[in-house]
Amino acid sequence: MKLIFELSKEGKEGFFVREEAGEVRIPSDLMRGEIKELPEVSEREVVSHYLKLSIMNYSEDWGIYPLGSCTMKYNPKVNELVASIFTDAHPLLPEELVQGNLRIFRELEEVLKEITGLDAFTLAPSAGAHGEFTGITTIRNYLESKGERREIVLIPDSAHGTNPASSTLAGYRAVEIPSGPDGMIDLEKFKEALNQKVAALMITNPNTLGIFERDIKKIAELLHSKGALLYMDGANMNALLGKVKVADFGVDVMHLNLHKTFSTPHGGGGPGSGPVGAVKEVAPFLPGPRLIGEEGRLHWEKGGDRIRSFFGNFLVLVKALAYIRELGGEGLKEAAELAVLNANYLRAKLSKKFKMSYSTPTLHEFVLSEESFRDKTSTLDIAKRLLDYGFHPPTIYFPLIVHGALMIEPTETESKESLDDFAGALLRIVEEAKKEPKLLHSAPHNTPIRRLDEVGAARNPILRWQKS
Amino acid sequence: MSRYIPLTERDREEMLKEMGISSIEDLFSSIPEELKFKGKLNISPIKDERALVDYFRNIDAQNRFADKKIFLGAGAYNHYIPYAVDYISMRSEYLTPYTPYQPEVSQGNLTAAFEYQTYISALTGLEVANVSMYEGATATAEAALMALRVKKGKIAVARSLNPQYKEVMETYLRKQGIDIVEIGYNRDGRINIREVEEKIDNNTTGFIVGYPNFFGVIEELETVYENIKDKKVLLITSTWEPLSLAILKSPGDSGAEIAAGETQSFGLPLAYGGPYLGFFATTKKYMWKMPGRLVGMTKDIEGKEGFVLTLSAREQHIRRQRATSNICSNEAWCTVRVAIYLSLLGRKGLRKLALLNHKRAVRAASMLEDKGFKLKFNGPFFNEFVVDVGTDGEKFRDALLSGGIVAGYPLGKEFPELSNSLLLTFTEMNSLSDIDALVKGMEASK
Repeated sequence: MKLIFELSKEGKEGFFVREEAGEVRIPSDLMRGEIKELPEVSEREVVSHYLKLSIMNYSEDWGIYPLGSCTMKYNPKVNELVASIFTDAHPLLPEELVQGNLRIFRELEEVLKEITGLDAFTLAPSAGAHGEFTGITTIRNYLESKGERREIVLIPDSAHGTNPASSTLAGYRAVEIPSGPDGMIDLEKFKEALNQKVAALMITNPNTLGIFERDIKKIAELLHSKGALLYMDGANMNALLGKVKVADFGVDVMHLNLHKTFSTPHGGGGPGSGPVGAVKEVAPFLPGPRLIGEEGRLHWEKGGDRIRSFFGNFLVLVKALAYIRELGGEGLKEAAELAVLNANYLRAKLSKKFKMSYSTPTLHEFVLSEESFRDKTSTLDIAKRLLDYGFHPPTIYFPLIVHGALMIEPTETESKESLDDFAGALLRIVEEAKKEPKLLHSAPHNTPIRRLDEVGAARNPILRWQKS
Repeated sequence: MSRYIPLTERDREEMLKEMGISSIEDLFSSIPEELKFKGKLNISPIKDERALVDYFRNIDAQNRFADKKIFLGAGAYNHYIPYAVDYISMRSEYLTPYTPYQPEVSQGNLTAAFEYQTYISALTGLEVANVSMYEGATATAEAALMALRVKKGKIAVARSLNPQYKEVMETYLRKQGIDIVEIGYNRDGRINIREVEEKIDNNTTGFIVGYPNFFGVIEELETVYENIKDKKVLLITSTWEPLSLAILKSPGDSGAEIAAGETQSFGLPLAYGGPYLGFFATTKKYMWKMPGRLVGMTKDIEGKEGFVLTLSAREQHIRRQRATSNICSNEAWCTVRVAIYLSLLGRKGLRKLALLNHKRAVRAASMLEDKGFKLKFNGPFFNEFVVDVGTDGEKFRDALLSGGIVAGYPLGKEFPELSNSLLLTFTEMNSLSDIDALVKGMEASK
């Protein structure tokens, strides 16, 4: 397909802009001429171009999108309408003119406190990893306020790559803790690694294997006894809504992913939102600005270290609040229960032909290992063949501790029929692997484009269009 | 049962039966009993869609800015968004996919991202642009972090940089133990070159300059560059009104090696501060040191051209603690909107729009000067400028509020030396009669 630049023809216009008489006060040596790379295309052609591009995308609205730890649940449409009510306020308007917007912040803070049991939230972080950085920075500022300069953040080997990257960005050294044979943190190894240099442990619970970290409360107590804190990565919170309050685990700081657990659309990689919650003692160190005051007189105060401009991805916050308000507490709990039901149903179906990475019970997701098919085919080939069946594949090759992992999270918004169809395709592909492995190796066959040369792309990077 | 859950009671029973389990609660047996929450969350549902929408309309009714004439910029700009941007970007295929990890079914997003990269590259005059950072402040902070991967040392920052961006940079750099030195401004609002000579030395990694700066003033980048290049200091520009780049000499052509900033002006609503979209561009020489996702062109097994995420070995999912950044989810959907917006505006439209913005600001400046107001700085500006109101800026602004005018942004909090000044911003959305009303109101309050 042609790029928009290749459709350009001199003299076409996609938007009318008024030309107004008036003075230009910029010296000509500071100005540039026309930017030749920009195209000249009509609105008709622009719309046609981006429509044609769009139909080459798979999307959550199309069907099951079972990426593990990504919680690709259905994105309610009314939330887009609700967000469209709130698009017009400039972020620097005097607070007295935007009390409605501030009430959105306040209400969302309150419901997130209710859901987690934590004492305070900041809604500023723009995504999950931004929340991690914010949370670890908050911990650091808290510890430093007590004169504690610590060096290490402990991270289980099953963790998402953002955990160690965020800790490094916050100025800590990430130290890995191995998982035990049951897929949970190895408690003995954790105790060995725990000392006065440790600022925090980052734990994902349920972890990326879908396993609940049973010892979490004990882990929290051990950390606290050494003056360290427990950070919980809330990427997998969809399994726990209404079933637990994470504050009861001894969690001190955590982030939530509104674009996972609370249904806001993922947008092909953002915008997201990663609110960070904290217990009372740590709360004063959450980033600023902080929302203060009573309804009708809400205002911003400075707070801790700023982590972005303005106040957060506001429209994402609006959508998440609309979701929480519609479902209510019981609806959220039902979502968690059915997410766990769907995952376990799928796990049971697939167990007939696939080997699970761990036999430990799982909640909202599970991980298949390559052991049962490795002699015939690869994880990548299975994923690509799924595309031919019209399904988006699971997360592959993650978590890193499972060789050839296929990490599956169906979410609660799939029907039984959808799960049956998806399982059926996977089971059929395993049969194909035995009889016709070439079919998998050359997959996908039915997509807008076939398997792409990724090595070539990195070796000879072409990162922008240039007129040939 | 929620309308978003397509499982009947009977489905649930069948599924449990097939699994040989008697209740859903059994599936939660791995959670220790003492950690389970036995109560009910205190959040009541609003199941009726109309009631839900009304609930939010009632909240919006507490907002009171809709009828105001607003002259605010300072990092967020009120520009018209062609309806086609909303119409196309709201399609499920753009709004609801995940990050394009499976390129065979993501060519729409990947192609749009490649076009976006091309647009940012053209506007900044730099070869390589990534698919987005969260917003302008984190993009600028990550530019400083990238500079530190090129060369160790301290970071120099213009005092006239967007103050929120400075705060974010301090958060990001202080954790790394990096020193920040501030370079002041002159009476024309531009970088004080003598301070550049004095404070920037060979141990300086990069110099971060607002372009245009927070006072709306257009820096002479080349002069700055001439004064730092021999010390091997990277010139880094930060731009939060990217429309200016449609008519201003590009950062890349003026010696900058990293250009970062905010892209909200190109098709994203003000939305009380987000979601916005940070842009980030550099030279090909430094592409491996960049943060964020990159999309590259390649071929499939049949020789057909297509796009993939590339140079991923820089990123957290591969390199973990040694990654160039921790960024994962970014603002991908916003890049689609920007690509559509810039395609519609095009070569002629974008330039015309930039000139229209500038001319409206010049018109307002002339009118205010005629009424005896003084511009604080005499350097050239794009679509915003600082005016001295002769009294406390915040009080002056508040006095105009009752007349329905939001007369810009008071600078005193962040720049105590400018406590009698307001930053006024003008876009195509501020009509000529609105400008007349502003000038009249300001004259009356003088």
